[in-house]
Amino acid sequence: MSYSLKENLMREDRIAGGHRMCAGCGSPIAIRAVLRALNPEDRAVVCSATSCLEVSTFMYPYTSWKDSFIHNAFENAGATISGVETAYRALKKRGGLDDTYKFIAFGGDGGTYDIGFQSLSGAMERGHDMVYVCYDNEAYMNTGIQRSSSTPHFADTTTTPVGAVIPGKTQRKKDLTKIMAAHDIPYVAQTTFLGNFSDIGTKAHKAIYTEGPAFLNILAPCPRGWRYPSEQLIQVTKAAVESCVWPLYEVADGKYILNYKPKNKLPVIEYLKMQGRFRHMFKPGNEWMLEQAQQEVDRNWKELLIKCNEL
Amino acid sequence: MGIRERLSGNEAIAYAMKQINPDVMGAFPITPSTEIPQYFSTYVDNGEVDTEFIPVESEHSAMSTCIGAQAAGVRAISATSSCGLVYMTEMLYVAASDRLPITLAVSTRALSGPININNDHSDAMGVRDAGWIQLFAETNQEAYDNYLQAMRIGEAVSLPVMICQDGFITSHAIENIELAEDDKVRKFVGEYHPDNALLGRENPMSVGAFGMPCYYMECKRQQAQAMIDAKEVIRRVGEEFGAMTGRSYGLIEKYRMDDAEEAVVIMGSSAGTAKAAVDELRAEGKKAGLVKIRSFRPFPAEELVEALKNVKAFAAMDKDDSFNAHCGPMFAEIAAALYAAGETAPKGINYIYGLGGRDVRLESIRRVYAELEQIAATGKTGETYRYLDVRE
Repeated sequence: MSYSLKENLMREDRIAGGHRMCAGCGSPIAIRAVLRALNPEDRAVVCSATSCLEVSTFMYPYTSWKDSFIHNAFENAGATISGVETAYRALKKRGGLDDTYKFIAFGGDGGTYDIGFQSLSGAMERGHDMVYVCYDNEAYMNTGIQRSSSTPHFADTTTTPVGAVIPGKTQRKKDLTKIMAAHDIPYVAQTTFLGNFSDIGTKAHKAIYTEGPAFLNILAPCPRGWRYPSEQLIQVTKAAVESCVWPLYEVADGKYILNYKPKNKLPVIEYLKMQGRFRHMFKPGNEWMLEQAQQEVDRNWKELLIKCNEL
Repeated sequence: MGIRERLSGNEAIAYAMKQINPDVMGAFPITPSTEIPQYFSTYVDNGEVDTEFIPVESEHSAMSTCIGAQAAGVRAISATSSCGLVYMTEMLYVAASDRLPITLAVSTRALSGPININNDHSDAMGVRDAGWIQLFAETNQEAYDNYLQAMRIGEAVSLPVMICQDGFITSHAIENIELAEDDKVRKFVGEYHPDNALLGRENPMSVGAFGMPCYYMECKRQQAQAMIDAKEVIRRVGEEFGAMTGRSYGLIEKYRMDDAEEAVVIMGSSAGTAKAAVDELRAEGKKAGLVKIRSFRPFPAEELVEALKNVKAFAAMDKDDSFNAHCGPMFAEIAAALYAAGETAPKGINYIYGLGGRDVRLESIRRVYAELEQIAATGKTGETYRYLDVRE
């Protein structure tokens, strides 16, 4: 299916406005883009891990979700939606249901990379016909910006504060997209929202309509945690892609495909300097951090190019 | 007339599941309940049921899949023991507050540590406040019978139900059992048509809201009411089951209590041993009686007060400990029930017994009755918090 922004925008929103997410937050943009990829005639059950998204969209007695929605806990969106999907198969088999339903789980990086990782891995391995979407904002934002295994090297968070001895997070970011690809599931993709939303829209549609388990990792910045002006959200995601900090690629049936190769790779400092969480890296004496950050991105990028047969 | 068989408690539960043919089972193996999903997946793979079996990667996910499936609008079941039950504890609370009548078979087992695979009630008692109905079985027959009643009870009040039996003691021991015919079982259990569901309804549904202080307490009050209402439902379903099988059930069972002066209150398989002790004591002319708790949640406060108000002394037998330097949970709740009812005459003591599979013999129970006789005669209870058959 070819992507059309116009056609996409004509579709009825499946998540209502008026939810309580912050201005300049990437999460609802990611969620809206994914849900727009559903064929309008299809029904869906959406699951959310406990997260900013959940507490901001389903505060009793109000729900922002126009499709059926289930929140269970922080660490089990994968298992929960796999239970719903299994019930669907049971009902279909017994002739109790005619409609077509699609099953989509959303989790932040805390609920996906960390506490919910086992549940996600199990659901993917079992082969449920579902999509797990991580909106990756690179820290536990709902509890107040604590580090996760997705937090980038050197980032300042409330549990990796820049101190006199330790300068922010001392570990590198976990590469979850590759770990999910290693599950050998039909479809894995890494994306974010840019330009006409073609990349995220196309990948979401593929993920939803590929039979079997699919995983989407969406970089979804958080203005509070990353400390950028809320109106600069799209500049931040663009810089992440142009600097190759967050490459756009997909793994379909085991084949790595690079979706975008910047003509002129943006230096990582251009991405880092937009965000308060990296401010300490620019202090005199910390040049080594900037150098190391660039080296790490270069290494990851090269490795990806090899996997994608681009080198 | 039912079908005569010889089955272990785990087999009996798996057989009941097969007869019911629920929609979804999510389960993870743990001793001593492992056989239940084993037997059941054989039924699935041989086409004897058309249930969807989800071989999850943990008990936490077992209960999570059950919550997803039951909320979707189907019957979901699982089985577990010990650490597995504790691991799914967080989800047990969610299942109850989401008002999802999931059925969970528990072959009760001690908790670590030290790690131990044998029976006591620490696992089930540890989750007694999770909002689940909890029925305990003395025998394989009762485990089977309770399981057949579980969905009728849970679905009537929208609460999940735990069907507990004693790990190894009944889960693995083979006993004679009378099974009900498939058609009777299906008719008795009926079909599940929830009012609201994630799937297949005109209106979509949102489940698992963020409840702020302005609503949270009303949710809890409704949950409390459902548990209160469950008492009558358990009685009614137990009578209806009796009409079908000749085996009726209530919240408690009284054994030779009519003129009893000393009573033991007990739960699970040791009730059988204690009944044998009562028979011996009665033969010796002693006024011994026994009260067996079948339903720990809801707690049969009125029934226990009625049963105990005329005894001189009773012992509450807890197969677990609260580690509160005071007493086990059963004693605490019985004492509270008597006090609230204004009954202060019966003298009560508490025994912690049978932990981690410690054998419970006739002599053990007879020692308890001997103590009760002393208390009845002197009116002095002495230490109320006691351990039975332990080296100190």
